[in-house]
Amino acid sequence: MDEILKIEHLNKKFDDLTVLEDISLEVKKGEVVVVVGPSGCGKSTFLRCINGLETIQDGKILLDGETVNPPLGNIKNYREKIGMVFQSYDLFPHKTIIENLMLAPLKVQKRNKVEVRKEAEELLEKVGLSSKKDNYPRQLSGGQKQRVAIVRALIMHPEVLLFDEVTAALDPEMVREVLDVIMELARQNRTMLIVTHEMAFAKAVADRVIFMDGGVIVEDTDPKSFFENPATERAKKFLSTFEYNE
Amino acid sequence: MDVEVIKSYLPNFIKAFFLTIKIGWIGIALAFIIGIVCAFILYFKVPVFSGFVKGYVELFRNTPLLVQLFFIYYGLPAIGVKIPAELCGILGLGLLGGSYMAESFRSGLEAVPVIQTESALSLGMTRRQLFIYVILPQAFSISVPAIVANIIFLLKETSVFSAISLMDLMFTAKDYIGLYYNTFESLFLLVIFYIVMLLPVSFAGSIIERKCSF
Repeated sequence: MDEILKIEHLNKKFDDLTVLEDISLEVKKGEVVVVVGPSGCGKSTFLRCINGLETIQDGKILLDGETVNPPLGNIKNYREKIGMVFQSYDLFPHKTIIENLMLAPLKVQKRNKVEVRKEAEELLEKVGLSSKKDNYPRQLSGGQKQRVAIVRALIMHPEVLLFDEVTAALDPEMVREVLDVIMELARQNRTMLIVTHEMAFAKAVADRVIFMDGGVIVEDTDPKSFFENPATERAKKFLSTFEYNE
Repeated sequence: MDVEVIKSYLPNFIKAFFLTIKIGWIGIALAFIIGIVCAFILYFKVPVFSGFVKGYVELFRNTPLLVQLFFIYYGLPAIGVKIPAELCGILGLGLLGGSYMAESFRSGLEAVPVIQTESALSLGMTRRQLFIYVILPQAFSISVPAIVANIIFLLKETSVFSAISLMDLMFTAKDYIGLYYNTFESLFLLVIFYIVMLLPVSFAGSIIERKCSF
């Protein structure tokens, strides 16, 4: 009923290599879905398919009941509604922080400059980076850059947010500050798909956990059952790699 | 060194200096335009045109400017195309420089990381917006050092213009040496004028490089 994102029998291949096989998933409005799985299981590719950065060979991705991928008409209209934050700090290096935030709302959404600036400043305030607004990305730490990248996605007022291992490239002491921002978004009932290797965070933030392995969804369950009582051997094996017992 | 000789040579050297600068910078401007157009063609892999551009770049990067000038100035008249010496100089420099500039701009465009494209697209930008607001400014910054090096290289290359009877600095120096055998004074002036021409460019270049880096 109130599902916002619907993926039907998605198949994705790189040449002859099948990366995603028959993936079906429905995400409800306000739901936080965490996608976990071993490296190379296709979870990043899966996110990239959702906002059309990857072409798909079969299946359908629908946002609000309208097909996003395979692209019909103008994909950019959908991309506006799907915010994405990447693993590598992907801010525009030639623009200041505030310019990074304002570029897309002004050029893509043709919004009013005064209003956009006001919102950008408010959002920066919320993530504790007001003082950095006139700095360039190179002057920020990795954690600060990722927080800005999250704000840059938020300012577009997306209906769905995609996080692709946003803390994977960070120094350990900076992971927390980024996860806190995402946690806060979860509290605001934002619809999010989060790919992460931070299991403790996954457990805390998720309404639902998707476990992927070898390009298929192996488990789709609530976080408590997944982390405490995984149903499949593959999931058990995966989770055991995060334990360190002498 | 005879100061009187230098004084008497000075007016002609100044004239030659301005001629060299004029031809040099018009040639460089032409090279810039050719370079940008060619780099775009290569970057966007425009069918048919990119083949021509590749051929052009290889042809002009792998032949000396002197040979190119001889071909334009002495070769083309044989098939009825007569071009005045000044225009020859500009054309030669523009075409040679264009091939170098094309490579510099192209490598700048290609050096912008893919993630920049992807994050711009994921923000809903069109291909055009992506190119104008994200790729182009970054590519330009990346290209600046190479472009500055090209400009200095091209200004120095102007010294072969004397071979097509352009009264540039080199021609003037050789002329005076041939007429009066004042080798030292002539070459001294030649070196000084080239340094006066190039040093400010080097300085400006490093300032621009610093301003453009992010």
